[in-house]
Amino acid sequence: MNNSAVPVPEQLIWEQRVPGGAHWSGVLRRGTTLRLGDTQGGANCSILFYNYEERLERYNMADTLKGQHTAFLSSGNVCYSDMGRVMCSITADSCGWHDPVCGVSNARMVREKYGEASYQEKHNDCHKNGYGSLINELGKYGMDRRDLMPTLNLFSKVVTDDEGNMQFIAGNSVAGDYVDLRFEMDALVVLSTCQHPLDPGGHYAPKDIQLACWRSALPGPDDPCRNSCPENQRAFINTERMFP
Amino acid sequence: MNISESNYSSETALFREVVPAGKPFMYTIAKGQVVRILDLEGNQAVDTLFYNAKDSEERYDASNTIREQGNLYLSTGSRLLSNEGNLMLTIIADTCGRHDTLGGACSAESNTVRYALDKHHMHSCRDSFIMALAEHDQGMSKRDLPSNINFFMNVPVSPDGKLSFADGISAAGRYVEMRAEMDILILISNCPQLNNPCNAYNPTPVEVLVWDPQ
Repeated sequence: MNNSAVPVPEQLIWEQRVPGGAHWSGVLRRGTTLRLGDTQGGANCSILFYNYEERLERYNMADTLKGQHTAFLSSGNVCYSDMGRVMCSITADSCGWHDPVCGVSNARMVREKYGEASYQEKHNDCHKNGYGSLINELGKYGMDRRDLMPTLNLFSKVVTDDEGNMQFIAGNSVAGDYVDLRFEMDALVVLSTCQHPLDPGGHYAPKDIQLACWRSALPGPDDPCRNSCPENQRAFINTERMFP
Repeated sequence: MNISESNYSSETALFREVVPAGKPFMYTIAKGQVVRILDLEGNQAVDTLFYNAKDSEERYDASNTIREQGNLYLSTGSRLLSNEGNLMLTIIADTCGRHDTLGGACSAESNTVRYALDKHHMHSCRDSFIMALAEHDQGMSKRDLPSNINFFMNVPVSPDGKLSFADGISAAGRYVEMRAEMDILILISNCPQLNNPCNAYNPTPVEVLVWDPQ
């Protein structure tokens, strides 16, 4: 992915590649959009959001799903905080399904699935896991496992049948797919590019994510994410009361 | 659905307490002990969290639990896992058949989003949780509220990914029973929600019973 993939290249603020298996955090301001791009195909990006002013306000999976009557996220959906506000809106999505349910891998799981690969042996290709990666990033802000809530797993798809049985759908995201998150409040963003915990592949092969951040307009009264359901309209009202 | 009945008799319980709707409940059980939550009048959502009694930073984790069992709903045989991936409790009896893992707790703020901005004043599970943790006085707070279980609540997800709050499938006298696999601090909010069918618009009491292992 290059600059031309960004809607208004002159508004671009920064870009960064996050290699597969890495972790990253940063502050995304209200009025900016973050594009996360799957450059290789088959990526997974486990992401969490915290209000940068009050980090006890955080992305809430349950409120996000029940408010929008959905068990997955795509364009038109928003990510709710646990305080009834919109943290970010999914303004574009070429992939169609992002998993908010399945969480992240841990060290034991990665060791059993992919074997040992230490830093001493493999340097920065050593095996990492989602839980440890997110704990590592949260620790930079004085946060810990109490702050680690169910993640949104961008680019990954898990479906359920009528009995609730879950199935990972391979190939949900292909090279060039992307998702745009427009931030409605200043947010601390924490993410890991480790493989999805249900990824059936037998090899440790996490994929890169390309980040691009640009200045974007605040949502108007006709905004599709605001108007996708009455719940979102009310959550935007709650949010905008913080930014008079 | 995996309906199964208990071997434990309520007459031999070492602890019994009725929890009215809108009230929280906290209690510690030892490894091996058995806890039952009994829906006394039917269709009552019971928002529940579990913590390692020796280290409350280790707590029930919805994602680990449902992913590792490969199923969204809890019933007999479900293994409730912690954020560390450890087994906390096992469901050993269940006469309801399905319990929710995705709906989370109601809160004043989510009520404004889901129903109307003027619902903020209404009592909610998160308020019960926060007040119970404050009274517990062990340094736990809103920060210690992960995504909870809703026993007896019916939140079906369709194959195309739609989620709904449906009418309850529980009834008076139905229960769920768990064996503690480590020392467990239980935190319950007997749900006061009046705006959706999770309590059949009429929140009612539940009973908690505890036994030593037989």
